[in-house]
Amino acid sequence: MNTSVTIAGVTFKNPVMTASGTFGSGMEYGDFVDLNRLGAVVTKGVANVPWPGNPTPRVTEVYGGMLNAIGLQNPGIDVFLKRDIPFLQQYDTKIIVNVCGKTVEDYLEVVEKLNDSAADMLEINVSCPNVKEGAIAFGQKADCLFDITSKIKNVARKPIIMKLSPNVTDITEMAKAAEAAGADAISLINTITGMKIDIHKRTFALANRTGGMSGPAIKPVAVRMVYQASHAVKIPVIGMGGIATAEDAIEFLLAGATAVSVGAVNFMNPYATVEIIEGIEQYMTKYGVEDIQELIGAVN
Amino acid sequence: MLRFGVIEGKAIMSKKAKQTAIVLSQQMLAEGIYDLWLATELAKEAGAGQFIGVYPKNAATLLPRPISICEVNEDKTALRLVYRVAGKGTKEFSSFEKGDTVEILGILGNGYRVSELLAKNPEFTEITLYGGGIGIPPMLQLSKELAAAGRKPSVFIGYRDSNLFLKEDFEKYGTVYVATEDGSVGTKGNVLTALKETGVQPSVMMACGPMMMLRAIRQEASERAIPAYISLEEHMACGIGACLGCVCRTTKKDEHSQVHNARICTEGPVFLAEEVEI
Repeated sequence: MNTSVTIAGVTFKNPVMTASGTFGSGMEYGDFVDLNRLGAVVTKGVANVPWPGNPTPRVTEVYGGMLNAIGLQNPGIDVFLKRDIPFLQQYDTKIIVNVCGKTVEDYLEVVEKLNDSAADMLEINVSCPNVKEGAIAFGQKADCLFDITSKIKNVARKPIIMKLSPNVTDITEMAKAAEAAGADAISLINTITGMKIDIHKRTFALANRTGGMSGPAIKPVAVRMVYQASHAVKIPVIGMGGIATAEDAIEFLLAGATAVSVGAVNFMNPYATVEIIEGIEQYMTKYGVEDIQELIGAVN
Repeated sequence: MLRFGVIEGKAIMSKKAKQTAIVLSQQMLAEGIYDLWLATELAKEAGAGQFIGVYPKNAATLLPRPISICEVNEDKTALRLVYRVAGKGTKEFSSFEKGDTVEILGILGNGYRVSELLAKNPEFTEITLYGGGIGIPPMLQLSKELAAAGRKPSVFIGYRDSNLFLKEDFEKYGTVYVATEDGSVGTKGNVLTALKETGVQPSVMMACGPMMMLRAIRQEASERAIPAYISLEEHMACGIGACLGCVCRTTKKDEHSQVHNARICTEGPVFLAEEVEI
């Protein structure tokens, strides 16, 4: 049975990755799962300098999911290169570093610093709904997305994944803009902007007022967008959004995703990533699927 | 894999797991306050000030609920949780009966590690504990561990009214002073009003309770020039330090975050009051 997939020349032993921001750099999950089993660890977003993130409360539960407004708290690229990358290098898994910034220059600085690192690929976060500058502003207009993607591709020596926001009118326009600017792959969906009000305190549940929704409740939206995006572009699509089980992951593969990322479910079940990998293998055995390629985009 | 927690620069090891626990008993202690004993292997690792995540079965409520450890039994095979029904998750927990199973995540957080703390601080001669409302339960395991080390604490527990809980349990391990907001039992006022009434001269304060109370404890300790340890709480998602949901402001740059934020679930929940901004 072959479960490996290749994206931009990088071969992953299986299509299961972690979704940025839900898994740190893997250290905290080492008690629960063998990181060697994972297709890739996609790290929490890292910027050129440390970011303090938003005030608390930063997280709140909603029906079938959660809202977060962490605000991309991160230790900055210099500490990250010294601490997080060497940690991940100990494992037989691919390293995808998620990059965030407030200005184009911020992004370029981080991308350049990662050029000589052990990272296998970079995922560019142009879709975080929880920071006031940068981030999502680059990801909601096709021309802005094209511009930042081109600039990053000019300096990057690692393959680039552009992570798209679902908070747009037409996801296919965004996917095409990323592809036209030279992105090696796209990943989607980031969280869906939401709001929760605490009726007892008569205030917002999150200090940031709005937050990004994730969890099983958003899955149908994500499957639809992955299907649309993967039919709009030729570059590989990494699908995510509410994946909780192997069945969910297979749905994304059938919709057109070459790989999948597992996010908020790690909070519900810290063993989820490896359970999903095993579940995909069982599904392949059950239906006599020899190569996972047979599943990718099989439903048209 | 082992991972390392750090308090006062000292590394400790603990292995976390998600496991199925079995309900041994449950009773209501006061209006909305439940007393739950769970049989779990995780109890072996548990100490004062730590907590576990309890998962609701209803898939619409998917995040583990952080609940402090009230007590660990003698042979370290069971955990006692005393919690308040605050929402859908805890409402579900309140229906548990003997023999039911529940998924838990633990052992979480950096607690007091009493023997180490006492060894390092021989000046802690008059140890005082403060629990307010649903902050009372975690002080019980702390009292128990201090008493076992031969250092019976003075325990100040504050309630809203005469619906007391756990008072008799504390009397086994320390000298107990009760305060109630309405004055129906003990001192009228809060735990600090009670402290002043007794004339006890604390050499250290250890507290869990509402933020207002923790701020007052921090202030009191600073005026007395003694250390205070406080347990913080915040909305959590992962409970293990990955999501960065439950941070608090720190006075110095935190080693892990590289900013003035520490993770309550990992560096905490017990902090030296002077190291956090509350």
